[in-house]
Amino acid sequence: MIMEKTENFMRALKCRECGREYPLTATHVCEFDFGPLEVVYDYDHIKKSLTREAIQSRPKSMWRYRELLPVAGQPTVGQQVGFTPLVKADRLARRLGIRELWVKNDTVNYPTLSFKDRVVSVALSRARELGFTTVACASTGNLANSVAANAASAGLRAYVFIPSDLEQGKILNSLIYGAQVIGIKGHYDEVNRLCAEIAGKFGWAFVNVNMRPYYAEGSKSMAYEIVEQLGWQIPQHTIVPMASGSLLTKIHKGYQEMVKLGLAKESEVHVHGAQATGCSPISAAQKAGLDFFKPVKPNTIAKSLAIGTPADGFYALKVMKETTAAADDVTDDEIRDAIRLLAETEGIFAETAGGVTVGVTKKLIASGKIGPNDSAVICVTGNGLKTLDAVDGHCGKPREIKPSLREFEALVANEVKPVNA
Amino acid sequence: MAKKVRIPTPLRKLTNNEELVEIQAATIGEAITELQNRFPGIQERLVDEKGEVRRFVNVYVNEEDIRFLKNKDTELKDGDEISIIPAIAGG
Repeated sequence: MIMEKTENFMRALKCRECGREYPLTATHVCEFDFGPLEVVYDYDHIKKSLTREAIQSRPKSMWRYRELLPVAGQPTVGQQVGFTPLVKADRLARRLGIRELWVKNDTVNYPTLSFKDRVVSVALSRARELGFTTVACASTGNLANSVAANAASAGLRAYVFIPSDLEQGKILNSLIYGAQVIGIKGHYDEVNRLCAEIAGKFGWAFVNVNMRPYYAEGSKSMAYEIVEQLGWQIPQHTIVPMASGSLLTKIHKGYQEMVKLGLAKESEVHVHGAQATGCSPISAAQKAGLDFFKPVKPNTIAKSLAIGTPADGFYALKVMKETTAAADDVTDDEIRDAIRLLAETEGIFAETAGGVTVGVTKKLIASGKIGPNDSAVICVTGNGLKTLDAVDGHCGKPREIKPSLREFEALVANEVKPVNA
Repeated sequence: MAKKVRIPTPLRKLTNNEELVEIQAATIGEAITELQNRFPGIQERLVDEKGEVRRFVNVYVNEEDIRFLKNKDTELKDGDEISIIPAIAGG
């Protein structure tokens, strides 16, 4: 059966804590216990049109899985987002000591070079369906960039709230689109708290506050793409960066949905979490065997992961437990080393969060939590061009000479020989 | 002078849409009891069966998370502002 353009596959919003159901409006917490609301789908209905053949016949974007994304009709914002390369990373695999390794490369996601374009295209498409004309977000940078750009192309007004000490690249990358950028003198958790208070007041679609149930579902598209790109197989290990922990839980949900719909076979699956040591509430809890976390005050160069009170931390811990997976964290120096390692082996320049994920993958392989004969996918979620400050001064400098052949020959005398010498 | 509690949108049905409520309590724990006396039903929204603040409820005193202070034993002084805020996703 072919999907109708205006077909709706959502059934309701449902509290993840107590199961109470709510209508599909712009609301994000259960009135009873403040538990997060999640979209419930009609999977029997989805099954009728979402087949491998149907997916493969559609354009190469995240919207080829439209039935599983929470919009009521066709997406109107970010139709080109997603379907980023899954890179077979043989050179990195050799360096880390693993048989098979893949990099899901969202550093080249469209249009703002991070996985956030996935969640934003869902949130803004849904915001339009619900009649909003102003959109907003609380952000560590990437989300602000994506909201600013996608709102600009959709003709929506945007207010983005960020910690005022963000990387220059991430600030300019929001300003350029004409968004209203509000810098808050505080860390992300404080920006978040303020935005929660602002959200209800102005009738805006706050993508990660009142639009969160829709927004968060966009992350699942990363899992669908990985499965399809691996030939409809779920990877044995997936390593995911954790800020709020939402991406990790949604990737796991994406895998489960692929099995539920018969698009992939059930198989061994471990979804591991990566954090920076300077902000590691979830990995610290996982390593201590706890099912709850203790909030922290972040201090790390991985600012995009610097969330001290991770909203989905409980659920991320649960997924890691259920999939017998591990979490770990890496220091600022290990993050920089890992950024260079990924760049030097695979030609992929990741932002600090990518350094965290690669660095933690290295640790999990070294400690045997991921076996040398196993297969793994690393999720690299943002582009290094946005966090140049983090590596400036840590990757050498150009050697300068005059435009003189003699100077050049003297410079490289100990490293290369002319072919006709 | 009393202390002020900012009531989040999902709980305003219980406070007759009052956004800012004045209280006299000396700790967060007492504040929850005081709110319950005035707005019956609000307590079970904020704390679980064991009497602990629910895991998706964040409570702040003058912008500081009570989990960095003394949780329910956090003392309150005149003029303090208490916010009750649901957890939010990342960015």
